[in-house]
Amino acid sequence: MAAADEKNSSLMTSQPLWTGSRKRYWKRTALAYLYLLPAGIVLAVFHFLPVLYAFYISLHRWRIRNLGFRGVANYDQAIHDPRFWGSLKVTLFYVLGTVPFTLGISLLLAYLLFQKVRWLSFYRTSYFLPYITSTVAAAAVWLWIFNPRHGPLNQVLSLVGLSPQRWMNEPRGIVKMMAAGLGMHVPAWAAGPSLALVAVMVVTVWHFVGFDVVIFLAGLGNIPTELYEAARIDGAGQWQLFRYITLPLLSPTTFFLLIISTIGAFQSFNIIYVMTAGSGAQLGGPLHSTTTTTIYLFDQFYNRVNIGYASAIAFVLFAIILSLTVLQNKWIGERVHYV
Amino acid sequence: MSDKQPPKKGPYPLVRVGIHALLLIGVIVAIFPFIWMLTTSLKSYSEVARGIWIPAHARFGNFAEAWNSAPFARYFFNSFFIALSTIVGVLFTSILAGYAFARIDFFGKNAIFILFLTTMMIPFEVTMIPNFIIVRRIYQFLHVSPPPLPLFGYTLLGQASSGWYNSYAAMIVPWTASVFSIFLFRQFFATIPEDLHDAAVLDGCGHFRFLTSIVLPLSRPAIVAVVLFTFLGSWNAFTWPLIITSSEAMRPITVGLSFFITDAGVDTQLLMAASTLTILPIVIIYFFAQKQFIEGIASSGLKG
Repeated sequence: MAAADEKNSSLMTSQPLWTGSRKRYWKRTALAYLYLLPAGIVLAVFHFLPVLYAFYISLHRWRIRNLGFRGVANYDQAIHDPRFWGSLKVTLFYVLGTVPFTLGISLLLAYLLFQKVRWLSFYRTSYFLPYITSTVAAAAVWLWIFNPRHGPLNQVLSLVGLSPQRWMNEPRGIVKMMAAGLGMHVPAWAAGPSLALVAVMVVTVWHFVGFDVVIFLAGLGNIPTELYEAARIDGAGQWQLFRYITLPLLSPTTFFLLIISTIGAFQSFNIIYVMTAGSGAQLGGPLHSTTTTTIYLFDQFYNRVNIGYASAIAFVLFAIILSLTVLQNKWIGERVHYV
Repeated sequence: MSDKQPPKKGPYPLVRVGIHALLLIGVIVAIFPFIWMLTTSLKSYSEVARGIWIPAHARFGNFAEAWNSAPFARYFFNSFFIALSTIVGVLFTSILAGYAFARIDFFGKNAIFILFLTTMMIPFEVTMIPNFIIVRRIYQFLHVSPPPLPLFGYTLLGQASSGWYNSYAAMIVPWTASVFSIFLFRQFFATIPEDLHDAAVLDGCGHFRFLTSIVLPLSRPAIVAVVLFTFLGSWNAFTWPLIITSSEAMRPITVGLSFFITDAGVDTQLLMAASTLTILPIVIIYFFAQKQFIEGIASSGLKG
């Protein structure tokens, strides 16, 4: 979003800069700064300063209080911390297992909704409902749906003749489990995300699909209808319309959603925290199999009071998110068709 | 805008049935957790334990029992108080800033605007830890002493030794500036015709009078959108209030509910009753203002 905003901002200045005298210009500037002051103070104290302060903290041994300068030792510690690398792997699973599915499902639903169907607002209202729901309440009910003993999901599974699962208590990777069902064995590195993590991913996709549907619908509405008419006159079928008109012209919307969903997935915390901290399960799920980097960071900061180390992890995460955004902008952004 | 359709008579009847079937599957998946939450909240303990789907009769008493088994009245009050105060703060800061960006030409305008926008790129995880420390030592940082006579106990402004920790100020003040809201107001104010301003200036009207008496009455849609999104964000906020509160009395509803979940002794039907109550205010507001919600989201996305 921010990148596009910057583009707009330079177009906004409607009047020439020097309409009045020099004195009036500076008077106006003073007035504008006065108007910006309340927001500016809050942003400075609670958004800008903290970034610098976080960097300062990350260079220190900082437990409950500052215990002295440490240089880059916290960053060095992170690089040699197998649990930190493990958390990155879990985060990667989580991002790859949520972002494409959320985008794919919501594009399908939005495209279907766009085909002149009735009850559009009923559908849209239903899809959007999970998005406005508190993630804590959502996690509570999903924990109960995934409950291994009395939960409805296992009841349905046994009804259709499948074996009930341990869901949130299952540390085994799903690839490994499926292979075991077929009598095969897969090496540990190919075990895939744990079933517990998959359950968390399902809830994440459920929570965000409605948001993407609304944005996709808006994007579909922006495609000039004349293009469809012209293509249809040329004999294009439904699939060709989708493939050669909808998809390319929707790409700015898709690209926008891809970036904000990727950033959001890297920062995801609430759903994972509530689904793994409750019901006697340990924070981060069985065998740390749902410990994403945000959960690991929170654990280091809040439960273990390794504040300096947690800040270093936060900065590494920040760097990863920033560089991914830049890479996406560079690689995919060049292929986006703007109308 | 999003209801605009391609010019076609609509798909063939059989295709239409298929489309509705797919869309309905989506609805079932989206809605099922809510139905499950509601039906569970009306079950008896033994119905839950036996895995019964539909309760024999609805036990509305579960809601009263859940309400009384934790200080939910206090949690609700806290959440409402925090949300409403945040809304007042956000409206104040972003209307002024949005107006300056939209209607005043001043030195460094684009640079400051871009600087503001960069805050949207900073992950919460980075600012969480320093803000925790800043808030706890706010009085040392500001070199001021806290109000000597606490008006509402220490709930409003905390105390000298622990700053705003475990106080309302900690959960309100850091969120009273929203770049998203500033952006929304800027976009809206920019659409107000310049002629109106020229006429107002001829009448001897300054920027502030113009803002309060002409711009704001015309800006109802923007104000409604900002109020809705601020309320949603504040009501559903979780991580920050979780770390910044220590006493039960200061918890907002999300944090209270999360402790209720973690509490091993809680019966599922009571937990679902409490969850239903938690989402109720948002769901009610959503049903009355879904157009504003959806249009607000859609317009924020179109900027991308």
